[in-house]
Amino acid sequence: MSEVETVEQSTTQESRTRTVTIKAWRFNAETDYLPYTKGYTMEVSKDELILDLMNRIKWEHDGSFSYRRSCRHGICGACAIKVNGKAVLACKQNAIELLDMFDNDITLEPSSKKRAVKDMIIDKSDFWEKHAAVKPYVVTDVEARPEHESKQSIAEFNNFLDSDLCIQCGACHYSCPALEVNDAFLGPAALNAAYRFTVDTRDEVGDERLEITAKMGSGVWDCVKCFECAEACPKEIDPIGKIGKLHNLQFVRGIAESNVATRHAEGFLRGMKKTGYLDEADIVTYSEGYLGVYKHLGTALKMMKTGKIHWHSGIPFIDSIPKIKNLDEVQKLIEISQTNKL
Amino acid sequence: MSEQLHYALFTGCTAKQSTPELLSSTLAVADKLGIKITILEEASCCGASHLQDFDEFLAHVLNARNICYAEKLGLTMITICNTCQLNSAMTKHALDKDPELKARVNEKLKEVGLEYKGTSEIKHFLYTLIDEYGLENVKEKVTVPLSHLNIAPFYGCHNIRPSELHQDANGRENSYNPNSLDRLITALEGNPVDYESKNKCCGFHVELQANHTSEVLSGNALLDAIDNNADLMVTPCPLCHLKMDTYQDSIGKVMGRDVELPVLHMPQMVALALGCTEKEIGLNFHVQKAKHLYTA
Repeated sequence: MSEVETVEQSTTQESRTRTVTIKAWRFNAETDYLPYTKGYTMEVSKDELILDLMNRIKWEHDGSFSYRRSCRHGICGACAIKVNGKAVLACKQNAIELLDMFDNDITLEPSSKKRAVKDMIIDKSDFWEKHAAVKPYVVTDVEARPEHESKQSIAEFNNFLDSDLCIQCGACHYSCPALEVNDAFLGPAALNAAYRFTVDTRDEVGDERLEITAKMGSGVWDCVKCFECAEACPKEIDPIGKIGKLHNLQFVRGIAESNVATRHAEGFLRGMKKTGYLDEADIVTYSEGYLGVYKHLGTALKMMKTGKIHWHSGIPFIDSIPKIKNLDEVQKLIEISQTNKL
Repeated sequence: MSEQLHYALFTGCTAKQSTPELLSSTLAVADKLGIKITILEEASCCGASHLQDFDEFLAHVLNARNICYAEKLGLTMITICNTCQLNSAMTKHALDKDPELKARVNEKLKEVGLEYKGTSEIKHFLYTLIDEYGLENVKEKVTVPLSHLNIAPFYGCHNIRPSELHQDANGRENSYNPNSLDRLITALEGNPVDYESKNKCCGFHVELQANHTSEVLSGNALLDAIDNNADLMVTPCPLCHLKMDTYQDSIGKVMGRDVELPVLHMPQMVALALGCTEKEIGLNFHVQKAKHLYTA
């Protein structure tokens, strides 16, 4: 920190450079017992990318510094790392922009510290296994000698166009907190791939893919809705948006089974039809089922004790929720706009 | 301030049910600061991102209806829940950029005599306090400085991500290095706690279907705050509050450590500093003991 605080900035009309100490997380799984952080002082100019800084660490400071790089123009996905926890594609990310964002104190880190092999290089086998698990390819019977092409309308193509831009860099995958906690979760990149091929009109195993992604513990219902993936993606794919579409497709195509997660999604309408609001107690009872709800009794008692569960009518849960004004409008809109069913 | 600020308040469901203290403290703060609030009593649930999973179109129709009532008043719609903010803003964004979708939604709304136009802004109360009322002006009204408290700001996902959606409403908050709550704490003369988990997820949304994930995510954040010497945590989101206040016992069991940290709603913290009444602040509604903060 102290080195970084003595930042010299020289601003001229044409170039804006500053001398900073770039820190890098260092670790060699074969020889090091513990990781450590090392600083490299250099002058950074306005057009330099994070990849340029990594090259300079390697070429000018320490030849043992290791990282993946290849295409240098944001298409191969090799150089994805994190800087102060923010996922970046090193060959796309301007260095000064990050220095501004983090008050000139930046640390280069691998996408996943726990998967580090050497410095920025990680073992991505978990990423590839999950990617492969969703059948990330078009499955169809093709004639050996087709007599006409498989046509797709522009609208059909646009359905998956942006999800097809994925370069498998792993930025979203290694930014996902659900994956950090739950090893079974497929994660945003695999789910994006699942969506991409499920809505491809040439593909014939969409329902099978939807079943894979509907599984509890590994599928879409384990997404925590934090939007870290949308924030991390260097290709602006919005993986969580695709996860949302997979949720919807389960209901559209009748794949959704009645379980705690699907009832939780659909069950919002129960309270809304009665009062306009979500019924907090009912959603737990309805989603969990009467047998499953016992898990929440301890919490419910605590909430009752502090007044979090109301007693308007003398009996908790009964008529305890106020009604919105013009409730009939909500009831009518649900009646005429609902498109999916569980 | 030359003109009185006036907002249409979308309370959300939680403030009307399990967190009445959020509503009372919001109204008390607005009153102390001279901000006029009109509650949108017609507004329904935002779908909380779960109804969206079930039926996206229906969720857009219902959220558009809520926004219509703010438009009728010609006011900015303010939210006091990150997830209400997210889902209302997502609908606004989707309808404003897609005339075909807007027309389909309006076709439904016409049946109940409404029309979504896209004329009202949607903003979380936190950002109206900062960007429109002004932190300097908030600071002037402080009667009970919070200088004795180390306060861990917990931002909650849905006010800061996706940043592209929120940037016009949240003062271009940097999702990787947010500082609005920190600045508000400083304006109230409290000591903002710097800790890594402040922009992380609490796991509320998978509380039922992936309970372990939810408990660990909350546990990580609470313990990070505790280990950085926080006396309390503050959040602009009642869902983060519910998860992190109500479940500390079970979180502690999962984490293998005692977890005890009061979690305040953002308006409760402001209300404390402005000298609002105990009834308005409503710390008695918390599961994790917080009443000592009145006299701390």
